[in-house]
Amino acid sequence: MLVLAVDTATPAVTAGVVELAPDSPPRLLAKRVTLNAKAHGELLTPHISDSLEEAGKTYADLDAIVVGAGPGPFTGLRVGLATAAALGQALNRPVYPVATTDAIAKDAASGRPLLVATDARRKEVYWAAYDAAGRRTDGPHVERPQDLAEKLPKLGVHHATGEGAEIYQEILGLDLLGVKHPSPEGLVAAAAAEVLAKARPAALTPLYLRRPDAVEPTGRKRVTRA
Amino acid sequence: MSDRLILGIESSCDETGFGIVRLGPDGSLELLADEVASSVEEHARFGGVVPEVASRAHLEALVPTMRRALDASGVELSQIHSIAVTAGPGLAGALLVGVSAAKAYAAALGKPLYGVNHLAGHVAADTLQHGPLPQRCLALLVSGGHSQLLLIEGGLANSITEIGSTVDDAAGEAYDKVARLLDLPYPGGPPIDKLAKTGNGCAIAFPRGLTGPRDAKYDFSFSGLKTSVARWVERAEQAGEEIPLADVAASFQEAVADVLTAKAIRAAKDLDVDTLVISGGVAANSRLSGLAAERCAENGIELRVPRPRLCTDNGAMIAALGAHLVHAGAKPSSMDISTTPGLPVGTVQIL
Ligand SMILES: [Zn+2]
Repeated sequence: MLVLAVDTATPAVTAGVVELAPDSPPRLLAKRVTLNAKAHGELLTPHISDSLEEAGKTYADLDAIVVGAGPGPFTGLRVGLATAAALGQALNRPVYPVATTDAIAKDAASGRPLLVATDARRKEVYWAAYDAAGRRTDGPHVERPQDLAEKLPKLGVHHATGEGAEIYQEILGLDLLGVKHPSPEGLVAAAAAEVLAKARPAALTPLYLRRPDAVEPTGRKRVTRA
Repeated sequence: MSDRLILGIESSCDETGFGIVRLGPDGSLELLADEVASSVEEHARFGGVVPEVASRAHLEALVPTMRRALDASGVELSQIHSIAVTAGPGLAGALLVGVSAAKAYAAALGKPLYGVNHLAGHVAADTLQHGPLPQRCLALLVSGGHSQLLLIEGGLANSITEIGSTVDDAAGEAYDKVARLLDLPYPGGPPIDKLAKTGNGCAIAFPRGLTGPRDAKYDFSFSGLKTSVARWVERAEQAGEEIPLADVAASFQEAVADVLTAKAIRAAKDLDVDTLVISGGVAANSRLSGLAAERCAENGIELRVPRPRLCTDNGAMIAALGAHLVHAGAKPSSMDISTTPGLPVGTVQIL
């Protein structure tokens, strides 16, 4: 099956075309990745088109789309989901959301319990924990690294990966693996079972993990009607 | 050349709009679908649009609203000729949802993309109801987000010049703030309009902003008016008087309508223009359209106000503007265009 993978939950603008067959790991045909947290909206669709062209394929050749659903900073995150949703509708193909941390864990494939922590800004990290087989055992959550550090003994993770783990390495005290952004193969691997089974996709709900900043005005009642 | 179907996508504020317009070989427009999903109720308790709430709602509404537009028009996506999308001005995060989706639709379908100006779209909305614009005309755009006087020459695809705008609050913003002051719901336009009908617009002489001899002739200011209403109400409260809510609403509304129409008429006469288009959410206000009709008639100016549904933000107006561009032979936008929250009105299309 020909699968398009996109993710905009980290500073990377990621698009790739992946061949997926039963009983073998996803095989990358072409990808375009740019590290620029402000350029998701500009670059994602051109990256998709360029990846398809390099792979010698067209949009109509795609069988499915896999999209990273975060967690990630809101504005960039929505670019990937809006793009994937519109592509799915225009092409009449299923769109499978995956947790971006799951894809990063697939890429790291360390064979030991792993913490994936990405940068949530505002001095917090998005994190999820994985067992030796790569299954998610906790998360994703958003938290201050200090609070996460206290939970680490209980989580039993041996090492960590992701930009959040790197920025706060002193606080978390875990050895680092080098994977910071999900690859197209990692994204497709995280959804492989569903894609191959042609399962009904889950709703394309972003993993925001935070509520919008909004304050209800106080003292709104100025005049009491007679 | 045969008919061309133009899809319009709008997501600059709190309405997710998908519209489909049929563009005839002669440039005529026919509205086939105008579907809008609004998040206005989610913002009501905050007394104004919360950008993150609006952006989340746009993402959720995208696919279903597009579906409804296709169903309503009986059009298949493959029949669409071109896709127009609001690229600015507007809320950054909100614009990004519509533009991301529009690029994806255009790329997947292999259709040209037009990233267009929301404000020009408001004027284009009128051509869906009243046909082509004359060679020269003036447009007054009034809504919660904008208050502008525009001179349009040689059609929307050709030249739009801003000749005046608000220096502080938008007209609709003033309505929202005064509504809060009077304990009326958000958005403030409709409840104030309703209450004002039972009041006397001459009861209280609220100030007309920027109408002095040395003030900018075509600019607006509503912040002083809002403060003046607040002071008036406070004073009456402190004096233990009962607040004549209907008179306050009517007098406030009178001040807004007076300034907007007086400046628009003056600009039309100064610039020798004989057609005035009023669009944007506040155009639906009964006193504004009533007073504009009176004053336009007195001055021999033709007044065009699209029906309320076309005045508020929607995808149909963006499809209409896209159709004007396609008809004028405009080049499509590049697929790597950015959203531009502060897009000036003179830039009709981002290439
Ligand atoms: Zn508007």
